Amino acid sequence: MIDFKLPSLGADMDEGTLLEWRIKPGDAVRRGQVIAVVDTAKAAVEVECWQEGDVFELLIEPGAKVPVGTPIASLLEAGESAATARRQVPRKPVVEPVAPAPGRPLETVAPASRPRVSPAARKRAGELGLDPAALTGTGPHGVITLEDVEAAGRAPAPTERGPTDRQAAMRQAAMRQAIGAAMSRSKREIPHYYLSQTIALGPAMAWLQTRNAGSTPEQRLLPSVLLLKAVALALREYPQLNGFWREGAFQPAADIHLGVAIALRQGGLIAPALHAVADKPLGQLMGELADLVQRARSGSLRSSELSDASLTVTQLGDQGVDTVFGVIYPPQVALVGFGSIAERPWVESGQLCVVPCVVASLAADHRVSDGHYGARFLGEVRRLLQNPDSL
Amino acid sequence: MDRQQLRQQVLEELQHIAPELEPDTLRSDRRLRDEVDLDSMDWLRFLGALHRRLGVNIPEADYHRLDSLDALIAYLEQRLAPSSP
Repeated sequence: MIDFKLPSLGADMDEGTLLEWRIKPGDAVRRGQVIAVVDTAKAAVEVECWQEGDVFELLIEPGAKVPVGTPIASLLEAGESAATARRQVPRKPVVEPVAPAPGRPLETVAPASRPRVSPAARKRAGELGLDPAALTGTGPHGVITLEDVEAAGRAPAPTERGPTDRQAAMRQAAMRQAIGAAMSRSKREIPHYYLSQTIALGPAMAWLQTRNAGSTPEQRLLPSVLLLKAVALALREYPQLNGFWREGAFQPAADIHLGVAIALRQGGLIAPALHAVADKPLGQLMGELADLVQRARSGSLRSSELSDASLTVTQLGDQGVDTVFGVIYPPQVALVGFGSIAERPWVESGQLCVVPCVVASLAADHRVSDGHYGARFLGEVRRLLQNPDSL
Repeated sequence: MDRQQLRQQVLEELQHIAPELEPDTLRSDRRLRDEVDLDSMDWLRFLGALHRRLGVNIPEADYHRLDSLDALIAYLEQRLAPSSP
């Protein structure tokens, strides 16, 4: 019997609310399959299962909010049957009711689908001609109570945008708090050091211009993709920047999954992982990046994307800033920032010329690496960007 | 298609990218990417949408002519005109 536990959803998410199951008892589950959708302050997350087996039991119901690591389903391993599993000591996983922490407004946000309604409330809603799905629940786990229905019955018909606005505001507050908690932890625990280097992008931008000429918008590459690929290739040579600080020690990551910081339209940000960046051609990376940005903004990401990133890259160039002074996203140990790509005076072989440049910055964890190492890493990023054909 | 229809279609595509956009408050003579807060990925998606909807493929070399919504509409009118090459 395998206990499937709610996986990590990134450092700033320690709990999730089950929105829906995508499996039922008896289903065969394969590796990587999306088995549930869980709501967090930042996004609705498709939870993937990395074990194989047949679903035996679903241990929580839609609407339940549980901490990361809670068993949420049990699977039968190969060779097990429901009958043999039942003969085992009956184990009912204890799901502690989550006490609403002070200032966690998410507790009252009803899940977006399948609202849970108490039977009395459902009956009363029917009498009043109200749709329970349109109400905001204030009971445990967002359950709609009789009092919620009575209150809605007394209130004048809500304006069309009312409840949506309220939920959006609550969501935003929850996101702010999640970001605040992760960044406070970073600033408290990680001894950051910072380096920056101006990199000339003459050859890279000329290469890009030629590459994009005559192509449709869908086929074009953004400079971001070149920068991401250069960072990933440089990390192969500088593994002390690619990994995690866990339980008092550095764990190098096996792969290079870059977290891409994405600003959300409603405010806040999220940094989901672009997988195996060093191994993929630029065209494929561009497609995957576009897809990731779109899904991050529409609030639909996968659990692996929220937990796999081994270094985060943040690009604020579109806003015109020169340099990013990054805050490391724990448990990662480094963050690379890029400012805007702009034409600047530049001296090359004794000649003053005007070339597009970008300031690359590194914020890294002194428990794992030193400035000398970080400087050599930035030098490697610069070297790679001088030869775009190699990216 | 007259200018008003063209403008309507452009705004619709813009709203797909930036749902919070309120066309009434958009100042059509200001820098579009500031008025609507478009980053380079949004911009590329927007151009892709215009390409699919209007059949106009705007090359990178012409980006500088598309500063404001007014400029973009004028550019598209020119590209859509029967006499255009």
